[in-house]
Amino acid sequence: MSSLPLLTLLILAPWVGALVLAFMGKAGAKASRGVTLLFSLSTLALGLAALAGFDPAVTGPQFSESHTWIRALHVRYHLGLDGMSLLLVLLTGLVSPFAILSGWKNERDVHIFGALFLLLQGAALGVFVALDFFPWFLFWELSLVPAYFLIRLWGGPGGTAAAYQFVVYTIGGSAFMLLGFAALFAATGTMDFRELAALAADGRLARLLPGAAGTAVFVGVLLGLAVKVPLFPFHTWLPSAYAEAPAGVTMFLTGIMSKMGVYGFLRILWPIFPDHLHAAAPCLIWLALGGIVFGAWAAMRQTDLKRMMAYSSINHLGYCLLALFAVAYATGRDGLTAEAAGAALAGALLQMFNHGLSAAALFFALGIIEERSGGKRGIGDFGGIRTAAPVFAGLCGIALFSSLGLPGLNGFVGEFLIFRGAWGLHPVATAVATLGLLGTALFLLTFWQRVFHGPARGAGVAFAEVAGRERLVLGLLAALMLLFGVLPGLLTPLINPLVTSWAGHLTLP
Amino acid sequence: MQPESVLIEAALAVIVLDLTVMRAKDLRSRLNVASLIGALAVVIAAVLAVRNGAMGEILNGVLNLDTLAVATRVGVLGLTLLVLGIGTGGAKIRHPAEYVVIVLCAAVGFMAMASAQQLLLVFLALELASLSLYVLAGFDKSRPESAEAGLKYFLFGGMAAAFLLFGFSLLYGLTGTLDLPGISVVMAVSGFHPLLAVAMVMILVGFGYKAAAAPFHLWAPDAYQGAPAPAAAFIASASKLSGFVLFTRLLWGSASQGQMLGATPGWVPVVWLLAAASMLVGNLAALAQSNVRRLLAYSAIAHAGGILLGVIASGRSGPGPLFFYLTTYGIATAGAFGVFHVLEAQGGAQNLKDLAGLHRRSPLLAGCLMVFILSLAGVPPLAGFFGKFTVFAAALSPAGLGSPTGWLAVFAIAMSAVGLYYYLLILKEALVRPAAAEAQPVKVPATAALTLVAAAVLTLLFGMFPSLLLRWF
Amino acid sequence: MSLLPWTITISFAGAFLALIAGSRSAAAARGVALVTALASWGVVLVAAAGFVPAKGVQTLVDVPWIESLGIHYHLAADGISLVLLVLTGLAATAGVLFSWNIEERTGEFFAYFLTLIGGVYGVFLSADAFLFFVFYEIAIVPKYFLIANWGSTNREYGAMKLVLYSFAGSALVLAGLLWVYAAGNAGSFGLPELTAAAATLGHPEQLAIFALLFMGFAILAGIFPFHTWAPTGHVAAPTAVSMLLAGVVMKLGAYGCLRVALPLVPDALAFWQPAIMALAVVGIIYAGLIALVQDDFKFVIGYSSVSHMGFVLLGLAAGNVQAASGAVLQMFSHGVIAGLLFAVVGRMVYERTHTRKLADLRQMPLYKLLPFAAVVFVIAGLASMGLPGFSGFPAELAILIGAWQASHFWALGAAIGVFVAAAFTLRAIQVSFFGKDDRDPAAADAHHHYDPISLPEKAGAFLLIAASLVVGLKPDLFFDWITPALQSPAFQAVLKGGTP
Repeated sequence: MSSLPLLTLLILAPWVGALVLAFMGKAGAKASRGVTLLFSLSTLALGLAALAGFDPAVTGPQFSESHTWIRALHVRYHLGLDGMSLLLVLLTGLVSPFAILSGWKNERDVHIFGALFLLLQGAALGVFVALDFFPWFLFWELSLVPAYFLIRLWGGPGGTAAAYQFVVYTIGGSAFMLLGFAALFAATGTMDFRELAALAADGRLARLLPGAAGTAVFVGVLLGLAVKVPLFPFHTWLPSAYAEAPAGVTMFLTGIMSKMGVYGFLRILWPIFPDHLHAAAPCLIWLALGGIVFGAWAAMRQTDLKRMMAYSSINHLGYCLLALFAVAYATGRDGLTAEAAGAALAGALLQMFNHGLSAAALFFALGIIEERSGGKRGIGDFGGIRTAAPVFAGLCGIALFSSLGLPGLNGFVGEFLIFRGAWGLHPVATAVATLGLLGTALFLLTFWQRVFHGPARGAGVAFAEVAGRERLVLGLLAALMLLFGVLPGLLTPLINPLVTSWAGHLTLP
Repeated sequence: MQPESVLIEAALAVIVLDLTVMRAKDLRSRLNVASLIGALAVVIAAVLAVRNGAMGEILNGVLNLDTLAVATRVGVLGLTLLVLGIGTGGAKIRHPAEYVVIVLCAAVGFMAMASAQQLLLVFLALELASLSLYVLAGFDKSRPESAEAGLKYFLFGGMAAAFLLFGFSLLYGLTGTLDLPGISVVMAVSGFHPLLAVAMVMILVGFGYKAAAAPFHLWAPDAYQGAPAPAAAFIASASKLSGFVLFTRLLWGSASQGQMLGATPGWVPVVWLLAAASMLVGNLAALAQSNVRRLLAYSAIAHAGGILLGVIASGRSGPGPLFFYLTTYGIATAGAFGVFHVLEAQGGAQNLKDLAGLHRRSPLLAGCLMVFILSLAGVPPLAGFFGKFTVFAAALSPAGLGSPTGWLAVFAIAMSAVGLYYYLLILKEALVRPAAAEAQPVKVPATAALTLVAAAVLTLLFGMFPSLLLRWF
Repeated sequence: MSLLPWTITISFAGAFLALIAGSRSAAAARGVALVTALASWGVVLVAAAGFVPAKGVQTLVDVPWIESLGIHYHLAADGISLVLLVLTGLAATAGVLFSWNIEERTGEFFAYFLTLIGGVYGVFLSADAFLFFVFYEIAIVPKYFLIANWGSTNREYGAMKLVLYSFAGSALVLAGLLWVYAAGNAGSFGLPELTAAAATLGHPEQLAIFALLFMGFAILAGIFPFHTWAPTGHVAAPTAVSMLLAGVVMKLGAYGCLRVALPLVPDALAFWQPAIMALAVVGIIYAGLIALVQDDFKFVIGYSSVSHMGFVLLGLAAGNVQAASGAVLQMFSHGVIAGLLFAVVGRMVYERTHTRKLADLRQMPLYKLLPFAAVVFVIAGLASMGLPGFSGFPAELAILIGAWQASHFWALGAAIGVFVAAAFTLRAIQVSFFGKDDRDPAAADAHHHYDPISLPEKAGAFLLIAASLVVGLKPDLFFDWITPALQSPAFQAVLKGGTP
């Protein structure tokens, strides 16, 4: 490991870009775009550098940086990278440049757009590597600001309301999470995730925060995370935010930001409140199932393609939560095996990564469709695009089927592992979740069929084939989906030791 | 030589000079010369008063020059100087020499009130001062309001005098002596007598009228409104100072003698009620005034309540707080009337609206008025604040809210917050509202300007360094 | 440190000079005011540089003043005062910069302004209760003239209401102080002597005294339900005065609660704590909800001030060092941020568009027309929402931590308040600056040209933003001053230890 503060660089590189862009008002759109993309790529580069130096066998954080920040509140600037973080950093590195390429044709205030986007990217990275609540929360909240303006200023006509709803919901949840951590600090004197987890593991936390107070704190933190993922029924902000945001921003929202919530569940809620989570799991599982099933069936009812995909995100993230809740549920009960738990957790991590890729690809494709048709995105506005644009249709198909979980594509790996693990942990819930699988298949196939097949209709007539930038992005994404579908082993070594250690810490019956 | 005689000699000199040398001169210079002589006399008298110091009893005990008497003398003289000074700032006075003479006579009366130690002299001094003030109130013969003010003041004052006289005669009948120390000795021996209560009530009513304490305040708004401004200033300042000092003396006696009427049971609740009623009536009625002089009259009534509180408290704390309050209140209120006097000659100063745009028409007057009014309102660092503060502190000591006096002090504090409202109404006109289109800049005669600035500086000085006054006690 | 008393002298002298300079030219008065504000701030900063927090309260001047009552001209400073002195200098400087465009009666304006500032400095430096009270009142009266003369909407009403509320509050304080002094036979107005005197009184009396003092101060701090002066006052006031009102004057009340009311009667807090916390939290939420539905831009900010001051009071009432240190930091933070918000609304926007109605503002693509103002407002709004990285966040966090220790329930209420604050601030940002897209064809004809943002405005905005950011990223700068001061003997009886 080098002594270079790699993680700080990782976060700061996009922010430096944002700063540069903020002063590039006169430099012209082209230059601004280039700078944006360049700085955005820094994440991928630094992420790969981290990958090179990463030791998968170590389950604790690597590349740690820890400095005193606020003595009065015992706050440390504490960053670290483990397998889960690395996975998400890499995902960010992949999705962000694609998202920028999606908005390539934007001509309005390009430098501001770029600056905000890079700000968002840096904040998201911070969330994935911060290990103390204070910096973590800083990044967490900071990510809302650029997201708000990206949706408000470059989004659709309903962008104002959607952005407002999005931010207010999220901050509403965060406020309670903040209180939760204030209470944790009041009880323990630390806000460091790892220290808190250690306190929780040896039972001291339960003594310091007994009874209802502990439960209240748990609920507070849960709320903050649940809104962000979102967990059903806190999802109502999501469809309009995803639908109104410009395609590139939606890619980032679904690809990265929704993962911030799931990440929080795994990094914060579960380690610090294992007992509470265990107690709440029977109930939470049904909420996750609600998201899975409801998300799928609601997607089916949508005529707006973007809203359909938005609901599909709720559905897909539901699987991740299902896996976690099932593990928490089964902790200490019959039926828990380290193997099942490991499978479920590994599935959840992979699902995060894979959903990031496929959802980003789909929203990219939707962006193209919207652009070509002059803003139309109703499912009835298109038909037979495949005839006019076979390459586009083919690449979209890969993304669709990945999302659907077709074996051989990346989407399959995560979902399969989740189902395999969860089946052993909570069979009923897993059985119900298959309803969601069915729904997913139905609406994705409907999408596939109505938009790409049949006679050319509406905006589908003479649909221009993808070329150049678009073809490159979709092609790359499709290649990645294929790659990770065929060779999931590329990713699993990163997370397997981590997952094994997690599963190893569970209380077996 | 006693300062009173200086004043009387000066008064004679003024008359003679005016009737001879100055006869052919215009009114303005006659007034200036008369005022100058008067002012010189006042200054000399003040120097004498200070140099004589606390001589104790003189003239076979008719006068008792203790610290309070000396301080009151100097205070009265200072306020007289102030009144003479502002008198030069306004409209022409028809009979300038007579005006100055009457002012000086009144001052003599006030000074005698402060030091008299015999009931007969007390009454004489009181009447000398009162009669002078009645004349001053009706001095402006060109305005019917002035005559009305004079008449009303006279009728009420006369009635008050009757009450007082009745009370004094009862006191004499009960004790068989006119000497205040003698009375106190007899009272201490003979104990309580029902007629003493009657005498006490009579005296309270009499002073209540004089001091314009509610419910005996009805003359005050009309008198303040109608009287020429210097007269109103005099009524509100020096008259109050000496009157209340005398009242305190009748109640608490002086350092050399025992308690006087203060020993009579049952008077404290009566004065308490008078004080509370004055604060309530004065402050609430002032809220509704559109005439600035009536407003100040009601403010005076409200202040009378505060002063009565000080009277109650001075039994324990000594007269220091009361004296401070009276003096600083007198300076501020006389100063305010002085500003009105200057304005009256140039566009009127009756309605609040007349003050509009004063900050443009005369920044100097506006600045002085701000100091005076804020001092009346009790805003630090001006003297009025510390006056209130020290009186309230005395009233709350030592029982806090354990005593009714303490509650009255709290009530007074609450009422002073109400008072700020109407004081700010005055300042709003003077310092915020724009001037009427036809309003001219105000020319302030140098003497008046000097007087007002001096008064404003004193108000600030006494506020910042209250020990200047308090260390006398 | 020994320089600090000069802040008062400089300010009052500056007021006088500004008055004189103003009779010659407006520019001269401005120059005098700016130099005065900078000089006094400079004094504070120099003193702060040499400040050693561990020394506790450091007496600067102590001379007998009114011997007969045991009153001293006693100035002293500790970490808490220093934080607020820094704030005062900052607010004064920014206030002068944002009133650069005052053309009418400029000299008088700055004379009142600097008198107010001098009074505020005095309050923060006073160690004698009487002196404290004198400066406190000196700071109240100039507000009336500033607002009534140079204000806008309903200015005479707003000014009067504000001053009467302040005065009523100070009357309560006066009653409480005199009660302790007289009934406890203190013989002195020094705070330690008064504390000793108060200890001799009976418990019910102590409770009553605490109620008088705390409520009296809290009125000025904008406590619910006596907060109504704040919004109308803010709306009526000229920009710089709004900035000062929110920036430092409301702090006077909070500072009084902390410095005088709490330590004077340490046993009374336990009794009143639930009531004060309830009022504080109700105020936070209520004012936030009101701000959510206002149509006047300044009312939004005015109510937001009340909401934020609720946090300060909550922190003070929690009765532990953690919360109290948060409250002091929040005083600073709110002073800076509210100042910035008012600067944008009152100076940058209102004086160009001549409307503060959100309904009108949302008809124009203001972020295109006044981009600098938009950026500043967004930053200020985010800071006001308590975004991490700005000064408000560590303050709110510390308050929440401490409040949780005192009462779980009211801490939860405060968290709801955080949420409401985010909602109304975001709404204000959205409706005011981002109400209309410049893409909308309807907006095209609304493309007025407004005067560019002037240099003093920019300087003031940068100053305030920098302050909020520096303190937000490095709150230890102030925590290191505040915490030792709160752990000093004066507060030991009333504030519980702090972090576990």
